[in-house]
Amino acid sequence: MTDVTRLSAAELAEALRKRELSSVDATRAHLDRIAAVEESVHAFLHVSGDDALATAQDVDARRAAGEEVHPLAGVPIAVKDVIVTKGMPSTAGSKILEGWIPPYDATLVERIRAAGLPILGKTNMDEFAMGSSTEHSAYGNTHNPWDLDRIPGGSGGGSAAAVAAYEAPLAIGTDTGGSIRQPGAVTGTVGVKPTYGSVSRYGLIALASSLDQAGPVTRTVLDSALLHELIGGHDPRDSTSIADPLPNLVESARRGATGDLSGVRVGVVTELQGEGYQPGVLARFQESLALLEKAGAELVEVSCPHFPYALAAYYLILPAEASSNLAKFDGMRFGLRVEPEDGPVTAERVMAATRGAGFGDEVKRRIILGTYALSAGYYDAYYGSAQKVRTLIQRDFAGAFAQADVLVSPTAPTTAFKLGEKLDDPLAMYLNDVATIPANLAGVPGMSVPNGLSDDGLPVGFQILAPAKADDRLYRVGAALEGALQAQWGGPLLAQAPELV
Amino acid sequence: MSVQGTALVDYADAVKRYDPVLGIEVHVELGTRTKMFDAAEASFGAEPNSQTTPVSLGLPGALPVVNGKAVEYAIRIGLALNCEIAEYCRFARKNYFYPDVPKNFQTSQYDEPIAYDGWVDVELEDGTVFRVEIERAHMEEDAGKNTHVGGATGRIHGAEYSLVDYNRAGIPLVEIVTRPIEGAGERAPEVARAYVQTLRDIFRALDVSEARMERGNVRADVNVSLRPTPESPLGTRTETKNVNSFRSVERAVRYEISRQAAVLDAGATVVQETRHFHEDTGSTSSGRVKSDAEDYRYFPEPDLVPLTPSREWVEEIRASLPELPAARRRRLQGEWGYADAEMRDVVNAGALDLIEATVAGGASPAAARKWWMGELARYAKQTETALTEVAITPAQIAQLQSLVDSGRINDKLARQVLEGVLAGEGDPEQVVTARGLEIVSDDGALLAAVDEALAAQPDVVEKVRAGNQGPVGAIIGAVMKATKGQADAKRVRELVLERIGS
Repeated sequence: MTDVTRLSAAELAEALRKRELSSVDATRAHLDRIAAVEESVHAFLHVSGDDALATAQDVDARRAAGEEVHPLAGVPIAVKDVIVTKGMPSTAGSKILEGWIPPYDATLVERIRAAGLPILGKTNMDEFAMGSSTEHSAYGNTHNPWDLDRIPGGSGGGSAAAVAAYEAPLAIGTDTGGSIRQPGAVTGTVGVKPTYGSVSRYGLIALASSLDQAGPVTRTVLDSALLHELIGGHDPRDSTSIADPLPNLVESARRGATGDLSGVRVGVVTELQGEGYQPGVLARFQESLALLEKAGAELVEVSCPHFPYALAAYYLILPAEASSNLAKFDGMRFGLRVEPEDGPVTAERVMAATRGAGFGDEVKRRIILGTYALSAGYYDAYYGSAQKVRTLIQRDFAGAFAQADVLVSPTAPTTAFKLGEKLDDPLAMYLNDVATIPANLAGVPGMSVPNGLSDDGLPVGFQILAPAKADDRLYRVGAALEGALQAQWGGPLLAQAPELV
Repeated sequence: MSVQGTALVDYADAVKRYDPVLGIEVHVELGTRTKMFDAAEASFGAEPNSQTTPVSLGLPGALPVVNGKAVEYAIRIGLALNCEIAEYCRFARKNYFYPDVPKNFQTSQYDEPIAYDGWVDVELEDGTVFRVEIERAHMEEDAGKNTHVGGATGRIHGAEYSLVDYNRAGIPLVEIVTRPIEGAGERAPEVARAYVQTLRDIFRALDVSEARMERGNVRADVNVSLRPTPESPLGTRTETKNVNSFRSVERAVRYEISRQAAVLDAGATVVQETRHFHEDTGSTSSGRVKSDAEDYRYFPEPDLVPLTPSREWVEEIRASLPELPAARRRRLQGEWGYADAEMRDVVNAGALDLIEATVAGGASPAAARKWWMGELARYAKQTETALTEVAITPAQIAQLQSLVDSGRINDKLARQVLEGVLAGEGDPEQVVTARGLEIVSDDGALLAAVDEALAAQPDVVEKVRAGNQGPVGAIIGAVMKATKGQADAKRVRELVLERIGS
């Protein structure tokens, strides 16, 4: 039999269903792969081998007993460390949560466990999901499997790298401004940010509550659809959760895979190309547009005139919400507690010492920004104005979706840059998310599909955006593009990645 | 200590020369089963930190969900205070670091309260009605409770360490904020007290809270400022926090008026600050100076969706409001035919519910008032108990009165029966039986006593026979004495006259 770690989740699930393979063997194969490549990739902060094998064993037993199990039962998964997992460390990439073992599971983790997916471990990320390179993790860099000297994207570089390096067939990411899609683009993997409110945020350690959304990180569009359907849907514990049932995502992915996109209007966003985008990125984008057209889609040029202001608005709204969301990390109830080196040990001084020692520079930078943006006398000029821009961007989307069923753009302006290259230039780092941020501000869903290699031999991503609650459109268009591209390449893009061992 | 400290101007003198303005914030803990944003139980007195969930502990990843019952209660309060109910309002985060606030922000409402622009009429002890305007009533969550250990006073200063109980964290609160209360003059302390008491009574009538002051279910922050005349601009105010009894509200206002008058007399300015009230001395002391006005960085709570109570729901709640205390008092006074002064005494004595129940038990309103405001009020005073704590029920009083009304006992016997009930000898019927207190109207038993009395006072008998009925009372008195008061006095009189006339 072929190396099971190379199978997609759908293929693995099929093999498990037919009992050609046991979940224990599949899980062990991935744990072995993790053991083999982690030293070079460092995608995981915590590997929970025993737990994963116990789950696998249980699923195998249930299957053997003829029990009806979830289609993904027994397929291993990795979870971004910003999602709380009962009994398993959950640090969000921060020293301030070192050693904290949550007493509860996030809703999406409950669903994963209930479906019998062995959780391999927790993946690395920029501290509290602040960053685009995973270099802001307090626990060291994750390396891009395509080039170990390069960043895997961020904040969810760990989940993307784990999937790209065949350490896991499935992973959970979270996307506040592109943290699922941009790592997907630079590692040659598929990443989906669902409609805001369609996957429960209960148990997601909040960065910016109005922007955060968890979603699937996989190697194929179909795998994302399978995982999305598992974790999505209404949750009464999240007030912002949408009550409507999810659209049929797996069916849409299968439909898209037939290669027929006739009747689909694809809007090309004028403002999300051109200056600042690498030539190789733009070239692959144009080629992909041609493939969509060939599949029967109608291409239309659409303008979203306020998108150029999205980044600025985002960097006021996000820090403002983050400054409040991160206030709870104070050494009083959980996680790190640092007492002041001298002087009285008062609560206020312990809070200050803990936060001073526990947070990294990027986190402190954004807390300071956000605190300032919310201050009396500045609120209207900063937070207030940013909210107005947000409304304008939502209107841009509404206008664009009146002309097109989906919108498309390159996912990220560049391929993976070198580790350390932008670490001292936060603004350059922020620009990585210029194309992904508008979707978060408007709450609409987005997907990144690998669409080739740039001139530097590194992967680039194609972004598809759909109206809120129409995530199914992402899967149809994404699967069609994926099929057309793989037909050209003669297999998945990741097959072109260098061997790690 | 500076003039801001303890110098006081005599109260009467202070209110002659200064016009006090009040602003009162009342927090009421709602009696919902669960917390404001959380499924944790909200009951009182449980083991510390046993009534918590990831939400009320503010654990990473936890999210709030609004308690619909709490919203309903808040609307009830708003309607009872004649407020408008918002068609759309949001929660906001009030950001500040303190260990009893688990998220280091309190989820509250800022510029979009659920209820606003209302009023409530407050009745003072002498019957004067004072209208207090309500600016807003908004929802928020309570903080946990800190216990400072190792210090001399239980205060944080000098404590070795502090403990936090998060059971209270997240309990739903409604905060009711008045507009400036002007024109109360020297009666400002009384108005403040009556206002808080009125709200407490309304909370109870609405059944939205147990509203027990001693448990902190109702807490008041009292703002006081002085100005030279009612025409002058408002003076600088102080805010005395967490005043937890009606009497303390009155005392705190009174003290601040005297203190601020002394500050102003000395030519100094009142410092805008938070002050603490001390029950033992009746004084306030400086807390936090608010001049560097704390910036709470309010912004709309992104984890919650806006509240949009439908007009149908609001009207449904309005229709289901119970009768409020003031309306009830008016109705009962009409039904009972009490004079204004009588009614006021009854209310002030806390006897309204007792009398209502006694009347419901069959007694006449006049008789019920006579018992509770007479014999029992005296007894309560002697034994230093509250009228409601006296060991007799309205039903027992009603029974006692029915024994009198049916002629089975007279007033004098009734007092003995009451004594028996209070002594725990059972219901009035049982006491009458056990003590043998029933009136004797059986002629056979009475005649012997009558004849004996007549025989003992032949001179009186002569006078009566001669046509002078006056002295007959002496005979009757002797009979009553001989029968220990249990004889039916009316029948005795008839028998005496019959015997003498025969």
